[in-house]
Amino acid sequence: MLYNKEIYSFARQCENFNRRNTVVFRGLKFSYNAANGQIKKLYNKIGNILKNGLTLEGINKKFGETETLKHIWLKAKAGKFLTLLGPSGCGKTTLLRIIAGLEIPDIGKVILGNQDITMMPAEKREINIVFQNYALFPHLNIFENIAFGLKARKFPKAIIKKRVEKKLEVLALQGFENRRPHQLSGGQKQRVALARALVNEPEVLLLDEPMSALDARLRAKVQVELRRLQQKLQKTFILVTHDQDEALVVSDHIAVMKEGRIIQTGAASEVYDNPKTEFVAEFLGAANLIKGEASGEGIKTEIGFLKLKKMPAWINGTVAIRPEWIKIRETMPSINGIKGKVAEIIYRGSEFDIRLQPCNLRVKTSAYRNFKQGDEIFIELAPEELAILDE
Amino acid sequence: MSKIIVWYGEIISEKSLLKRGVAFIAPGILWLMLFLIIPSVLLAIASFAGRGEYGELVWEFGFENYKRLAGFSLFGWTGDYLIILWRSLITAFFITLLSVILSYPLAFFIASRSPKKRYIWLTILIIPFWTNMVIRTYAWFIILAPDLPFAKLAAFLKLIPNGSPLYPGAFAVYLGMISIFLPFVALPLYSSVEKLNWELVEAARDLYASKTRIFMQAILPQTLPGLSIGIILTFVPAIGTFVTPDMLGGAKYMLVGNLIANQFGASRDWAFGAAISMGLSLLTLGSLYFYTVKAKKK
Amino acid sequence: MRKIRSIITFISISTIGFLYLPLAAMAFFSFNRSKYGFTWEGFTLNWYIKLFENQAIIEAALNTIVLAVVSTIISTIIGSALAIGMQKFPWSFKTEKSLNMMLYLPVAIPDIILAAAIVIIFGILRGVSSIFDPGLLNMIIGHITFQIAFVALVVKSRLASLNSEIEEAARDLFASRFYILRRITLPLLTPGIAAGAMLAFTLSLDDFVISFFMAGPKSTTLPIYIFGAARRGITPQIHAISTIILLITVVSVIAAGRLTVKKNRKRWRITKNFVHL
Repeated sequence: MLYNKEIYSFARQCENFNRRNTVVFRGLKFSYNAANGQIKKLYNKIGNILKNGLTLEGINKKFGETETLKHIWLKAKAGKFLTLLGPSGCGKTTLLRIIAGLEIPDIGKVILGNQDITMMPAEKREINIVFQNYALFPHLNIFENIAFGLKARKFPKAIIKKRVEKKLEVLALQGFENRRPHQLSGGQKQRVALARALVNEPEVLLLDEPMSALDARLRAKVQVELRRLQQKLQKTFILVTHDQDEALVVSDHIAVMKEGRIIQTGAASEVYDNPKTEFVAEFLGAANLIKGEASGEGIKTEIGFLKLKKMPAWINGTVAIRPEWIKIRETMPSINGIKGKVAEIIYRGSEFDIRLQPCNLRVKTSAYRNFKQGDEIFIELAPEELAILDE
Repeated sequence: MSKIIVWYGEIISEKSLLKRGVAFIAPGILWLMLFLIIPSVLLAIASFAGRGEYGELVWEFGFENYKRLAGFSLFGWTGDYLIILWRSLITAFFITLLSVILSYPLAFFIASRSPKKRYIWLTILIIPFWTNMVIRTYAWFIILAPDLPFAKLAAFLKLIPNGSPLYPGAFAVYLGMISIFLPFVALPLYSSVEKLNWELVEAARDLYASKTRIFMQAILPQTLPGLSIGIILTFVPAIGTFVTPDMLGGAKYMLVGNLIANQFGASRDWAFGAAISMGLSLLTLGSLYFYTVKAKKK
Repeated sequence: MRKIRSIITFISISTIGFLYLPLAAMAFFSFNRSKYGFTWEGFTLNWYIKLFENQAIIEAALNTIVLAVVSTIISTIIGSALAIGMQKFPWSFKTEKSLNMMLYLPVAIPDIILAAAIVIIFGILRGVSSIFDPGLLNMIIGHITFQIAFVALVVKSRLASLNSEIEEAARDLFASRFYILRRITLPLLTPGIAAGAMLAFTLSLDDFVISFFMAGPKSTTLPIYIFGAARRGITPQIHAISTIILLITVVSVIAAGRLTVKKNRKRWRITKNFVHL
C-alpha cells in the first residue's frame, strides 16, 4: 500500500517537470527531465524502490502467556526513516530486537531485501542497533568502541582507521578518541553509539529510544541532527519511540503500535492529518473527539450539526479535530460554526490553549488576542479539517 | 527438537544452552556438594550416631547425644550444656549490641571527616578487620598481663588477687570479642551513614524533634541496611566463636564453640560434637530467621 | 550540637584506641630485652633475628602461604566459573534459589560447623584413602570450600552489575561467542575476579578454625602455631612473629588501598543480598 503511493507521488512530481519523457516501471509511468540531469536521480530513486527494504511478515511473539506481538505486517522502505511509535509496553522494542536478531519470532518472517533472515544470527545481519542506554563498552576507548564491529570482522587496520576517523568527523567526535565512555556526556555517548553502528554501513540502522536519556533541549537538537544524518546517508533507519513529537520530526513514515499490534501506518503527515482511530488521534498530538450520527451531508452531534468533506462509512461514530485546526471567528460562521464560552485559558508563550464550554473543545490559537475567562467566542470546525475515524 | 531461543544475541537451542550452563557450574556444584552439602547432611546424621572406643563414629542410631546435650545422663539431670548454649547466645547478643553502640559514634565520626581523612580513618578501621583473629586475641594477653597498669588497678581495687592477670574470664572474653567484632559492624554501618540523607535530619530538627526522636526517626531508619549487615556479620561468627573464649576464657568462660572443638579434639566424641553443632546451627538459623522476619516487618 | 560532636569524637578516638592498644603493646614488648614479664629492660631486635632460626615458625609460615596461594587459585577458577554459569544461563527460579542457598550457607552458619562437617566427611573418606588424613591437603580442601562461595558471590555481583545489553551489542557488531568472551566478558569481569581472589586470599590467611580442625602434625600454620604457643605461655618471640604478621596486614591493606575498601563493601553487599533472600 504505502509503497505504491510513494511511487505515485514521485511520478506525479516528475510529470510536473516535463511531460514528454516518461519511463514505465512495474506498470507505473514515470516522467523525468533529461535535460536537467534528473535522469540519474530518477534511477537512484527507482533503485531504492527496487531494493526492497525490510519486510516483516506476520510476526507473532509470546513471552510466557503474554502475547507481546500479534500478527505484525510491516514494510520499512529502503533509504527511509520509519518510526515505531507507541506507549511503553506496546511491543515496539521487542519488534526492534526481532529485526536485530536479538529475539526470534514464534511465527512470521523477517525479510531483508529478498532474503529471509528470520533465523540468521545477529552477528551475520547487515543490521546494527543503537541501544537505549547505548551499551558502549566501558573498558574500551571511543576509537576502539567505534572500531569494534570492523575489528570483529577482521577488516584491515588501515581501513578501520580511515572509516572510524570519517565517522568521528561526521558525528563531531574528533578529539574524543582516547576517552572512555564514562568520561562523555549523554549526547556524546549517543553519538558514539551512532558512530559505532554506522561505521559498519549497515543496510538498516535500528534506534531503540536513543533520546530518552537526554534532556528536553538537547533532545530537540539531536532529533533534527538525526533527521539530517539520515537524509545525508540515505540509509534505512528504524526508530522506536513513545515520543510523538520525535516521531513527527524525524520520520518519513510512522507505524503506530498499541498492545502488540500496528494500528496505523503511513507517511508522518498523513498519520497526523488523518488518524484512523481515537487512540492514534490522541496519542499523536492532541485531538478533540466528537461523537455523532451520520445524517445528510454530515453528522449530528451534541454540539450541533457538522458538515463533513465526505460521508463516513458508519452510522454512529467519531470525528476528530486537532485544537490548532479550529479557527476562531468574529461572527458565527455559516458552516460548522459553534458558540462557546472560555472556561479555561493556559498561556504557553507562543500560543493560548483554550477550553470552551459547553461544547468541551480545546482550541489552540496564537497569542495575538487576549481572551478572558467567560468570553463568548465563535469557532469554525471547517469540514476539511474534520478527520473521520474508522468507527 | 528442543526449542530455539536467542540468548545474549546468540541463536541456540535450549538443550545446548543448558549443557553449556551445566559445564560452567558443574565443578563448583560438585565441590560444594561433596564438601559442604553432603558433609552437612552427614553431620546431621552423625549427631544421631554413637561413639566408638576411640571416639570414632559408630553407626548405631539413637537420641543419646541430644539427651546428653539436654542434660540427661546416668547421674541425673544437669543443665551444664544448656547453660553453655544459652551463654553463647547471650554473649553473641551482647557482643553485637555493644559493638553496635560503639560503632554508631565511630561511623558518624568517620563520615564527618573530609574525604581524604575519611580514607585514612577507614584504613585504620580496616587494618584490625583483616588482622588474624588469633593475633588480635593474643595481643590482649599482653595488655591484661599482671605487671601492667590495668591488672594492677584491678588488684588495687581487690577485684583480682595481686600479681595475677585479668584473664581468663568473662571480662577478658568480652574485651577480646568486642575488639574483634567491632569493625564488622562499624564498616557496613559507615557505608550507610556515608549515604545518609541529611535533609531528613534537618527537616526533623526543623519540626522541633528532640534529639532522641531525631535519631530514632530520621537517622536510624536510614542506617538500617548497613546495620543489618553488620549485625549478621557479627552475630553469626560470634555465636560460634572459639578462638577468643578458648584463649581468654579458658575453662572459666566456655562457649559452645569450645565445646564443639573439645569433642573433635581432646574429648574425641564426634557424634556428640555433631549433636552440639546441630544445636548451634539451629540456634544461629533460628536467630537469623527471627531477626530477618522482624526486620522485614519493620 | 557542639557538645554531641565532641562526645562522638571522644568515644570514637577511645574506640580506635581500644582496638589498637593491645596491638601496640604487643609490638612494643616484642622489642623488649626481658624474656619474662613486662618490665622494660631495653631495646632489642633479638627476638626477630631468632625467628629465622626457628624451624617450626619458618615451616608454619611456608604452610600458611602454600595453603593460601593454592586454595585461592583453585577457588578463584571454580568460583568464577560457577558465578558465570549461575548468572549467564536461564536457570529456573527454583534451581537458582537452591544454588543461591548453597552459596549463602557458609555466610549464614558459623565456620566451626563447616569445620565439624568437613572433619566428619574426611573421617569417613579416610577409610577409602590415607590422603584424607589430617594435613595440608585437607586444609586446602576446607579453605576452597568456603572460598568458592565468597568468590562466586563477588563475581556474581559484578556480573549482575554489568549491562547484559553490552554482550548483545557486541553480538550485533559481528562478534562471535569466543570473540565476545575474550574481548568483552573477561576484561569486564577481571576486576570482579581479582576482587574475589583477593577476598579468598585474605579469608584463607584470616582463617583459624577450619585449619585448626583439619591440621595434621606437619601442617601447622602461623595462626595455629601462635595459638598453640600461647597456651604454653607468652614469649617475646610470639610477640615478634605476631607483630610481623600485623605489619604484613598493615602494608597489604594500605597497598590494596581503595580496592580494599571496595572489597569490604562487597563482603557486606553479599550479606545484604543474604538478608533479602
